Amino acid sequence: MPVFDLSTTPLRELNSALHGLSAGANDTAFEVINPRGSHAVAVGIDAPVTVDIKGSVGYYCAGMNDGGNVTVHGSAGPGVAENMMSGSVVIEGDASQYAGATGRGGLLVIKGNAASRCGISMKGIDIVVHGNIGHMSAFMGQSGHLVVLGDAGDALGDSLYEAKLFVRGSVKSLGADCIEKEMRPEHIEKLSELLDMAGVRDVKPQEFKRYGSARKLYNFNIDNADAY
Amino acid sequence: MCGIVGLFLKDKALEPELGALLSSMLITMTDRGPDSAGIAIYGSDNGKTAKITLQSATPEKDFAGLGEALKGALGVPVSIEVKTTHAVVTLDKDKLDEGRAAIASLRPNIRVMSSGDTIEIYKEIGLPKDVVSRFAVSGMSGTHGIGHTRMATESAVTTLGAHPFSTGSDQCLVHNGSLSNHNNLRRELVREGMTFETQNDSEVAAAYLTAEMAKGKDLGEALTGALDDLDGFFTFVVGTKSGFGVLRDPIACKPAVMAETDRYVAFGSEYRALVNLPGIETARIWEPEPATVYFWDHEKAA
Repeated sequence: MPVFDLSTTPLRELNSALHGLSAGANDTAFEVINPRGSHAVAVGIDAPVTVDIKGSVGYYCAGMNDGGNVTVHGSAGPGVAENMMSGSVVIEGDASQYAGATGRGGLLVIKGNAASRCGISMKGIDIVVHGNIGHMSAFMGQSGHLVVLGDAGDALGDSLYEAKLFVRGSVKSLGADCIEKEMRPEHIEKLSELLDMAGVRDVKPQEFKRYGSARKLYNFNIDNADAY
Repeated sequence: MCGIVGLFLKDKALEPELGALLSSMLITMTDRGPDSAGIAIYGSDNGKTAKITLQSATPEKDFAGLGEALKGALGVPVSIEVKTTHAVVTLDKDKLDEGRAAIASLRPNIRVMSSGDTIEIYKEIGLPKDVVSRFAVSGMSGTHGIGHTRMATESAVTTLGAHPFSTGSDQCLVHNGSLSNHNNLRRELVREGMTFETQNDSEVAAAYLTAEMAKGKDLGEALTGALDDLDGFFTFVVGTKSGFGVLRDPIACKPAVMAETDRYVAFGSEYRALVNLPGIETARIWEPEPATVYFWDHEKAA
């Protein structure tokens, strides 16, 4: 198993090794030690590798991930798993602002809390946060699911398109055009699948409320000017 | 983008290491702000003397003979320690205001970086590592300190435009962000009697807090007022003689990480800045909430 010690090895060596994997490579379990808050750790993965990062990371960890399974055994700085395409990213600690921003696919699990703008402009990614999320989360979210076991901050789902939001705790306030919606059987089913994938066993999907778009701000309509 | 670091010590045993710890934190933040760097260090209060930190563009000329000239003007001896472009004048506490006035008339080109019982401020253009080594910051001890690496957006890259800004006795502020109502607020503060050295937005924030505290507010109350009165993006870290405060605007785009142990409270724009602190592995680490005032005070804790 390749081990990269970022206190002695330049970050580029790790990322080059991840990018250089040929199809069918066997040695696909990477370990990263001493990340010490480094930026851009394990970005641009495009192969089904496993990366275990032992410590906390800075900006943009696992950005653009396409098929990798990255676990951060610590906390992550801003923009973790930004624009993920597929695969999974698990943060054992907390995540800073805009976790999972613009993600198109894959699963992001944050076992602690996520800060502001979690899932901003999400486009198909699934995000499960065990703790709370900050303000302006899922802003302009287009598709995918954001599941929050704790509470959500101000302006959840502002200017939301078709991303589906499930919050178990309180929501401090809803953003423009975001409303609470009925939990239908297909939502319960999807939510229980997501909870299962995220390793959440002791929480029932019925404990959540669903939030989605009121679809009034899709196109500009003068009658809705006050809502912007 | 700018970098901020701050360290407020609870454990006196760490005080001799304050300068070294802050220097290391500041150098880590070089890529957030390579234009200029500055540091404010709060030393120990001996109850008798106060300090004025001076800066000059022509230190050989301005600092030569200044001690003798001040002794002549004040009638008491003062001590001067010159560190390249800066000099720290130590004088009796009750001579502080008189001393500042004497300096202004004896050496009109000299700038006052800070004055008060314990504060010293050093700031210059250049890389953080060069700035801290020029002023031998690593060897300094103290109770708390704040540092800043600047990537200029709102005003010129000059020594005076570097942070920290000090607009009141033993007070200082560093800022990551940009204020949008600083011109209006500056006009109002000038009317209240505040004076300004630069066109910089952050100096206005510092002067605002100084003016509010002069009205009797403590640091926490002044910071709460700032949420209503300042418009723009900011993460502030603020120092007073015994206090250390942190405030982020309600949008909270500008990054901030804090760590607390039994020995210290630390602030960094990024977690990277904190990784060399003793006991960081077991510290409580969190991101300060938007629009929430955090402050610690040596006197209130005691």
